[in-house]
Formats: sequence, structure tokens, C-alpha cells
Amino acid sequence: MAKFKKKQDGGTPAISTASLPDIVFMLLFFFMVATVMRDSTLMVQNTLPAADQIQKLDKKDRVMYIYAGKPSSRYADKYGSQARIQLNDKFATVEDVGAFVLAERASKRQELQNVLTTALKVDGDTNMGLISDIKQELRQVNALKINYTTRLGDYTQNTKN
Amino acid sequence: MAKRAAPEVNAGSMADIAFLLLIFFLVTTTIETDSGINRKLPPTDEVVDPPIIKERNIFTVVVNKNNQFLVEEEPMDIANIRQAAIEFLDNGGGTGDEACDYCQGAKDPSSSDNPEKAIISLKNNRETSYKVYIAVQNELVAAYNDLRDREFVRLNPLLGLTFVEANKRYADPRFENERKKLKPKLDEVKAMYPQKLSEAEPSKNN
Repeated sequence: MAKFKKKQDGGTPAISTASLPDIVFMLLFFFMVATVMRDSTLMVQNTLPAADQIQKLDKKDRVMYIYAGKPSSRYADKYGSQARIQLNDKFATVEDVGAFVLAERASKRQELQNVLTTALKVDGDTNMGLISDIKQELRQVNALKINYTTRLGDYTQNTKN
Repeated sequence: MAKRAAPEVNAGSMADIAFLLLIFFLVTTTIETDSGINRKLPPTDEVVDPPIIKERNIFTVVVNKNNQFLVEEEPMDIANIRQAAIEFLDNGGGTGDEACDYCQGAKDPSSSDNPEKAIISLKNNRETSYKVYIAVQNELVAAYNDLRDREFVRLNPLLGLTFVEANKRYADPRFENERKKLKPKLDEVKAMYPQKLSEAEPSKNN
């Protein structure tokens, strides 16, 4: 009969935390793999519009990015609240776009120079005037493949304010 | 001398180190959006002899500065644009050489001859907001995709894919061996409904 009385010596046993590192490591590896380091810090507000008829962008080395939108709150006193273009890490004017594209193109490998896409990451509240100006500049330097980067969602989100 | 057992390393702080790294990566992670609507801009060189396009083959969409739409001279809600564009593209009103044998539209003589001739012209104001512009672009592309899906499924019933799905698979490196098989099928449907979307230069007023 003594057999059955062994476990009655009181107190809840401590929970083993030995597997905690494993769990944390698992999360760590997930984030390490999923991380993409941004190569430029955003200086503009960038809430992309939603669309659902989207295609995936090409490989990263074939894409150059042009950001546009209102300067984010940190830069608002200095640069005002008019929508601006951001190229690499600097604010730029429309005239700089052509030079930027040519410089980007020259920095790519020869065989990629003709297949480059320009991704326009533009804030949803920007006026089309700025975007048409960018498009005109892109046409001047013969960068004709563009991509309006959007997030996945229903288009009706765009028409609400 | 008795052999001393190697002392066990205390692994208690391992979790702390891992947490530290975890928090670093959590903070630096930005999930990049890398998809969008692809477009091709027209080249700058002036066309010497612009081809004459019949009025009935052009579907005009105008967006004004208050983000309102005018489709074929009539105000329209954005929810109806997709259907209107499908009806226009799929009309197939042409006869003889210009007939379209796969169109299922109304064959209205005052609308487009065939999808090859049909052009959608999108005009916006400088003050149109970008997100509304994207919404229209999205709907117009959706109109093309709907028609392409329909024809793709009709021509390739055994594939079990729509045009959009097949296109995605074509771009996917995991299905590299299917590429050769898919390409002619995709091109065929693309030729049936070519995407002719022209963007006029924006106007300052109206």
C-alpha cells in the first residue's frame, strides 16, 4: 500500500523553463529570416493605396524605388506639408528624378540595365500632379517600366477618407 | 587521483541572450511590400502619323479634382466602372474582318469593334488624389483580367487555373518546368484581350 502514498509530499513542482531558450530561438530565427533591412530611411509619410489586381515585383536588384508623400512629422517644420519626392536618403525635386534614374541604371550590371523597373511608392493622399511630373521625367530618360506599389486590399478602401 | 567530472555550464542566461537578439530583430523588421500594378509608359518620341482611331473604339474615363468620375461623358460610380469596361471591351460590334468570334458582348454598333481595337483612355486632373487614381487603375485592370480569365478557362478547361493564377505560376520559380507549357497559352489570351490603356496628360482645370 505504501506505493500509492509517495507523491503526497505537498507543494506544486516548479515549472521547468529549460525549453524557454528553444522557443525564443525559434522566434528569433523567424524574424532573422523575415527581416529585410531597409536601405533608405523613409522621410515621407507612406500609406500606400490598396489594390487587388496586383503583380509581384521583379527581383530586388532590378528595381529602383522612388518615394513620394508629405514629409513625415519629424521633417514637417523644415520642409513644410507639401508632398515631396524622396530619392535614396534625401528630399529631391522633380528635376532630380532623371539624374537619379541614370545614376541607378549605371550602377547596375550591364545585362540588367534594360530590364529595370521603377517602383513608385507614393502616399495615397498625394495629388496626381506630382506623379504625372515624375512620369514625364521617367519618360525623358526612357525608364518606361513602372510599378505603382500598393498593398493588397479592396479598392473601396481608397475612396473613403 | 580520481577523475573530476567536467562542471556543467549554466545555461540559464541563454534565454536572456536570445531575447536580446529577438528584440533587436523585432524592432528592425519591416515587412516590405513588393507588389503593385505594373504599367508601361509610352516612349517620348512623337509619332509622326498618329493612326486614326474611331470614336466608338475609345472608352474615356475622366477623374476630376473632386475625385468624381465621368465615363463616356456620363457620371458614374466607381463600383460600376469594371462592368462598364467589360461591356465595352467585350462588345465585338465589328463586322467582316473586324468581327470578334469569341466576344460575348451586346454587339452594339456604337461601341467597340473588337478587343484589339478597343482602347481605354484614362484622364485625370492634377489635383486628383493618388489613391483614387489607383482605384480606377485597379478596376480597369480587373476588367481585363476578368475577360482574360474567362477566355483562359474556356480554352484550357483541363488546366484548372484562371489566367491570373496561371500568370502567377508562370512567374513562380517553383514551377519552372511548367513555364514552357504555360507561355503560349498565356500569350494567346493576352493577344485576344490586349491591355490598351492610355493615360492622357493631366489637365489643370475642370
